[in-house]
Amino acid sequence: MTSDPDGPRTHLSGDGGSVATTEPTSSSDAARVSPVDVFFKNLTRTAGLGLLALIAAIAVFLVVKATSALNANTGHFLTTTEWFPNASPPFFGVAALLFGTLLTAVIAMVIAVPVAVGIALFITVYAPRRLAMPLAFIVDLLAAVPSVIFGLWGLLVLVPRMDGLQMWLTDYFGWIPLFATDNGAVGRSIFVASVVLAIMILPIVAALSREVFLQVPIAHKEAALALGATRWEMIRAAVLPYGKPGVISASMLGLGRAMGETIAVALVLPASFGISWKILAPAGNTIAANVANGFAEANNTGRGALIASGLVLFIVTMIVNMAARAVIARRREFSGAAS
Amino acid sequence: MATRIDVSGLTAFYGKFKAVSDIHFSIEPKNVTAFIGPSGCGKSTVLRTLNRMHEVLPGARVEGRVLMDGEDLYGPGVDPVNVRRAVGMVFQRPNPFPTMSIYENVVAGLKLNGTRKKSLLDERAEESLRGANLWEEVKDRLGRPGAGLSGGQQQRLCIARAIAVEPQVLLMDEPCSALDPISTLAIEDLIVKLKSSYTIVIVTHNMQQASRVSDTTAFFTLDKTGDPGRLVEMDKTEKIFSNPAQKRTEEYITGRFG
Repeated sequence: MTSDPDGPRTHLSGDGGSVATTEPTSSSDAARVSPVDVFFKNLTRTAGLGLLALIAAIAVFLVVKATSALNANTGHFLTTTEWFPNASPPFFGVAALLFGTLLTAVIAMVIAVPVAVGIALFITVYAPRRLAMPLAFIVDLLAAVPSVIFGLWGLLVLVPRMDGLQMWLTDYFGWIPLFATDNGAVGRSIFVASVVLAIMILPIVAALSREVFLQVPIAHKEAALALGATRWEMIRAAVLPYGKPGVISASMLGLGRAMGETIAVALVLPASFGISWKILAPAGNTIAANVANGFAEANNTGRGALIASGLVLFIVTMIVNMAARAVIARRREFSGAAS
Repeated sequence: MATRIDVSGLTAFYGKFKAVSDIHFSIEPKNVTAFIGPSGCGKSTVLRTLNRMHEVLPGARVEGRVLMDGEDLYGPGVDPVNVRRAVGMVFQRPNPFPTMSIYENVVAGLKLNGTRKKSLLDERAEESLRGANLWEEVKDRLGRPGAGLSGGQQQRLCIARAIAVEPQVLLMDEPCSALDPISTLAIEDLIVKLKSSYTIVIVTHNMQQASRVSDTTAFFTLDKTGDPGRLVEMDKTEKIFSNPAQKRTEEYITGRFG
C-alpha cells in the first residue's frame, strides 16, 4: 500500500520499492485507510527494517575488520587453541575461547534458570501479596545492577569463599570428569565464573518469568483448581505450559547476557588458553573477556583477530536464538497463544 | 453419587465488601437447581462457595456452613483440594487447558487423582466424552489440541473433564453465556441427561433456560448497588415462573425489574 497523497507525508528510509499493491487514490476511497494508520504502519516498518539493517551493518563491519588478520593467520582460526595474534607471524584460533564461552554460559544457565523460575513462581503463586510486591520490586532492581559490580563482588567476595565448596565438590564428586582436578588444585575456575554469571542473569530471568506467569489467564488456573489440583499441580497444569515460551525467551536473554559478559568474567578467570572439562581447575577464558583483556595492547592484526572472535560470538548468539525460536514454534498450536 | 446440599447462614466477602449475606437453602440429590437474579446479586459467588472456589481470589472469605450429605465443607481440617475433587465445576467461558490435547484435557482430573493405568484412562475418557455428547465429534482427533474445537464443543469438553472424575455435584456458572443458540441447546440437553446421575446447580441469566432445565429455582437479588445480595425465594421451578410467593420475584421474571 502506498501512502495517501492527501494524507500526511511520512519520511521513509527503509521502504525501498517493496510496494506490493497500489490503492486507488480517489478521495472517496481514501477514507478507508486512515492517515494515522498509514503513518504508524510506515513508522513501525521503518523501525523493523532499520533493526535488520543495523544487524547487517554490524556483521559487515566485523567481517571487513577481521579479514586482513584472518588472512595473516598461520594457525587455523576455528581449531587452534592458542592466541598469539601480535606475534610475527601471527598464530591464533578461537577454539579455546569459544569452548570457555559456551561452557560458562551453559553452567550459568543450569544454575540460574531453575532458581529464577522458582523465584518467579514463589512471587506470583505462593507469596502473600504483602511479601510479593516488595520482592518483585527488589528482583527488578537487581536486574538493573551493572555487571562490573557483580564482577568486582565475584573477585573480592565470592572467589575466596568458593574454595571450600570447590574442594568439597572435587573431594566427593571428583570421579565425575567435570569435577576432577589435578591433585585437588582449585581456584579462579570456570565454575566460579559461571556462578558469578548465574547470579548476574538470575534477576533478569526471574523478573521476565514473573511477568510471564502473571499473564496466565485466571480461567486456566481456576480450571485446574476446580478439578482438585493443589497449587503445585495447578502450576504444572496451567502456569508452566502457558509460560514456557516466555521462560525460554527470558532464558535466552539471560544466555545472551552470559555469553557476552566481559568485565565480570575477565576479573574472575585467569585468562589461560586451552580446552579442559575440569571446571574447578584455575583455568579458562571467554571470547568477551579476551577482548577486554587484549584490546588495549593489540596491534593491527591483534585487533583484527579480536574482532574475528567477536564475529564468532555474534554468530553463536544468533544460532542460539534461532534454536530457541524453533523450540517455541514447535508446539505452537498447543501454546495457548493461538486460542 | 448424587449428594444433598444444605446451606445455612452463608455470608461471603471480597475483602471488606460483603457480597452475599445470610443465605439459607437446601438442594435435593439428583435435582437441577437454577440460580437466577440480576447482575451483582451474588448468585455466582454462592455457587463458588459450594466447592470452595470463592476463597481462591485474594482477600475472599466465607462464613456459615455448607453441608454435603451432612459434612461441613468449611469444617476444621477439611482440605479444599478434596472438596473440589468431589464437586465438579464448569465455567462461564470454556477453559480447556490450551497446552493439552482433547484426550489429555478429559483425563486431567483423573491424573491429578493419581490414576495412571492407560486402559482405565481410555475407558473413562470415552465414557465422559459420550456423557458430554462429544464423543462422535472428536473420537478421530483425540490428540488434537482442545483449544482448536468450537466454543460449544470446548464447553462440552469442559463438562466431560468435570464428569470424568465422577463428582458428587456438578456446578455450572452460566455455562451457555458465551455460546450460540445451537450449542446452548446441546448443553441444555446434556444437563437434562446428566440429572439422572448428578446433583446439578446452574447459574443462568437466561430465564427460559432456567425454566427448561431446572426442577428448582432460587431467585437472588440485591436492594441497591453496594448492598450484599440475598436469597429472595427458592421453590419448584413451575411455581417460581407461574405463581411466585414474593412480589420481587414476580417483578423480575416478568421483566419489570432487573
